[in-house]
Amino acid sequence: MPIAVAIALLVFGSVAFHLFSPWWRTPIATNWGSIDSALDVTLWICAAAFVLLNLFLAWALVRYRHRPGHRAHYEPENSRLEKRLTFWTAIGIAGMLAPGLAAWGKYVSVPKEATIIEAVGQQWQWSFRYPGPDGVLGAAAVKYVTPDNVLGLDPLDPYGRDDLLVETGDLHLPVGKPVKILLRSKDVLHDFYVPEFRAKMDLVPGIVTYFWMTPTKTGTFDILCAELCGTGHHEMRGKVVVDSPRAFAAWQAQQSSFGQILAETPPAAMSILLIKANACSVPASWSIR
Amino acid sequence: MATTLADDLRPLHHPHSWVTRYVWSQDHKVIAIQYSVTAISIGLVALVLSALMRLQLGFPGAFPAIQPDNYLQFVSMHGMIMVVYLLTALLLGGFGNYLIPLMIGARDMVFPFVNMLSYWLYLLSVIVLVAGFFVPGGPTGAGWTLYPPQAISEGTPGHQWGIVTMLVSLAIFVAAFTMGGLNYVTTVLQARTRGMTLMRMPLSVWGIFTASVMGLLAFPALFVAAVMMLFDRLAGTSFFMPAMQSAGMITSTQGGSPLLFQHLFWFFGHPEVYIVALPAFGIVSDLISVHARRNIFGYRMMVWAIVVIGALSFLVWAHHMYVSGMNPYFGFFFATSTLIIAIPTAIKVYNWMLTLWRGNIHMRVPMLFAIAFIFTFIHGGLSGLFLGNVSVDVPLSDTFFVVAHFHMVMGVSPVLVIFGAIYHWYPKITGRMWNETLGKLHFWITFLGVYAIFLPMHYLGILGVPRRYYALGQADFIPPSVHLANQWISIAALAVFAAQSLFFFNMIWSLFRGPKADPNPWGAASLEWQTPQTPPAHGNWGPKLPVVYRWAYDYSVPGAERDFIPQTEPRA
Repeated sequence: MPIAVAIALLVFGSVAFHLFSPWWRTPIATNWGSIDSALDVTLWICAAAFVLLNLFLAWALVRYRHRPGHRAHYEPENSRLEKRLTFWTAIGIAGMLAPGLAAWGKYVSVPKEATIIEAVGQQWQWSFRYPGPDGVLGAAAVKYVTPDNVLGLDPLDPYGRDDLLVETGDLHLPVGKPVKILLRSKDVLHDFYVPEFRAKMDLVPGIVTYFWMTPTKTGTFDILCAELCGTGHHEMRGKVVVDSPRAFAAWQAQQSSFGQILAETPPAAMSILLIKANACSVPASWSIR
Repeated sequence: MATTLADDLRPLHHPHSWVTRYVWSQDHKVIAIQYSVTAISIGLVALVLSALMRLQLGFPGAFPAIQPDNYLQFVSMHGMIMVVYLLTALLLGGFGNYLIPLMIGARDMVFPFVNMLSYWLYLLSVIVLVAGFFVPGGPTGAGWTLYPPQAISEGTPGHQWGIVTMLVSLAIFVAAFTMGGLNYVTTVLQARTRGMTLMRMPLSVWGIFTASVMGLLAFPALFVAAVMMLFDRLAGTSFFMPAMQSAGMITSTQGGSPLLFQHLFWFFGHPEVYIVALPAFGIVSDLISVHARRNIFGYRMMVWAIVVIGALSFLVWAHHMYVSGMNPYFGFFFATSTLIIAIPTAIKVYNWMLTLWRGNIHMRVPMLFAIAFIFTFIHGGLSGLFLGNVSVDVPLSDTFFVVAHFHMVMGVSPVLVIFGAIYHWYPKITGRMWNETLGKLHFWITFLGVYAIFLPMHYLGILGVPRRYYALGQADFIPPSVHLANQWISIAALAVFAAQSLFFFNMIWSLFRGPKADPNPWGAASLEWQTPQTPPAHGNWGPKLPVVYRWAYDYSVPGAERDFIPQTEPRA
């Protein structure tokens, strides 16, 4: 008997906890309302199952408790009942899977007009790169990394010259514009995680991963790492600032491009940079600067 | 009629001394106890590690001895020990060994010597695992998933030698499991007594049997992953290592795939969830049926559900990898296969409840644990639908929601079954009875305590609190109330931690002082309760093997004198 009461109380307690606890998802700041809706549908179907099944359990425990003279009913199976239960379960499952897959369909289809921005992870900090006026990110790889070329851009790739590098500052995004975030890791796995954005994705060394979103709310948000990356995992933080288009343009104008950084690089460092690119004998006609 | 290995064809390896009886024993019951005691002992280490983690999370900074490195080592070792060295070893090596021969009417496993070897290799794997705590750099802190590159690169605690001992230990464990698993499968298929058809076996045997088959198919993936990573760590290969930076230097590795490891790991890792769950499903079915004095409802459906879950569990592994960077189109397939598996799983839940329905429920301690299991398993199963439903997983992955989900479904739930099973079979194994009051006290603190621990964690996860964080630090989305919640959770965890001493005291005290138990105290119909001696002697059945005439669930049969009919009773 106490166990039946306990289960009923846990059911009501869980519902009350859901309604009154202060912890629920953060206010959303992107277009991924469809993910939140899929979660809501899943939650309501699951909550209904949770309450119904457990209250039935509690009732059965009271109703069929052992009493003197009471005997259980012998019934090996009841295939009609089992088929009905299977059917309704399948309906419930399909009901939550449909919005889940629909939202995923959007998640994997990046809009053509999405601008490209790169987030680079390393133990234990975030850096960012914008493609510059040409809209194309230059080639980059770990093998090009030097103290003066932290993000490892290929110094010989002309597309990289106008790329804007944000090595220590915040990530800025314009509000209302779809953006495809390319993710690159210099060392181990990381995960670009901003709770308010809902979307997230791992960074995998050796390949470039991505996700997309449209920021819908201006403001400053925390970037965390959501894939264990070693001792400093919990301290791998950054900030993302979602600006109005005008403020974004103003901010972007102040960032330095890879070309500018190369121009300021002393010759000794420059040669190291070039050696990394196997460019010891650059023809004189090639202007590095 | 089942194939029977007749008693006189196969001489038993009768022990000649104390050493061959209790140490180098080939008796499945002694091996089961060896497995269980070893598993529970190493499980206690994992329990202590979880208490240390909760101290750090609940009271950050109050224990300066716990540094980020230690914390990650606690996380990693806790996870690996619980999943592999406690749950798998205890449910299959412990319960599998004890129950299979007794429940199917065999004298022993079909390969007793290999069975013995299985235990000693398992013990060796545990010793190598524990050695990890004493090597330079300490045990691995790469998380129980051991994802490369971080598992073997600078910046991760234990990347020097802790990861090596871990991988070697896993490889040995797989060898040990293979010996045990082959034995369980062969014994179930070949050594059933006369009349024990497959569809008359108790569901415990079905669960353990299916889990063993799955283990034989899944563990090799872990084995090759471990060997390949050992090569990467010790021989400079690049199976999982891309060109990357490590401690500011460019490594010599090139072209390896970190995602390949994740696929191998989860091809093992997801079936592993069911390798733990299916024996628990089977055992809890038997506990519910016996203590509700009612036949298990829908036996055939229950068997098929076990088999279907076992098969489907090999098609869902990448639901652990929705945001891993694998081809995102895989998400459609794996979300669908994952949610389909919920259907046979739900059928099992319904049938447990329909067994209680119209039953005659005796609220004894094993039954309390079985009922608590139904509750926590419903909870954990439903939260799994969130994580399986691909897009819903995106915001929740790597948050406390995941921690709450898997602890509820494959931590708490199987552990509740294990407690219930120990209370249930203790009188048969030891011949003595435990103390009821202590058992109930242990139950109530454990059941209510774990719910207090894990319910709030779901909500912290929905808020976005990430997992595997030594400290939450400053973040605008984390209000101060989260720190308060963490304190309460830690207090509940310490209470549950302390309550386990009631269990150990009860078990050990009753072993010497408990009243003598009836050979069949619960009035159970299955074979293991019909042995001529309690505890069963070597060879289990005396001079003649039992003959089986009916299924294991003839409870409260109309017209029968008693409310159960043993499987050995001929039909009228």
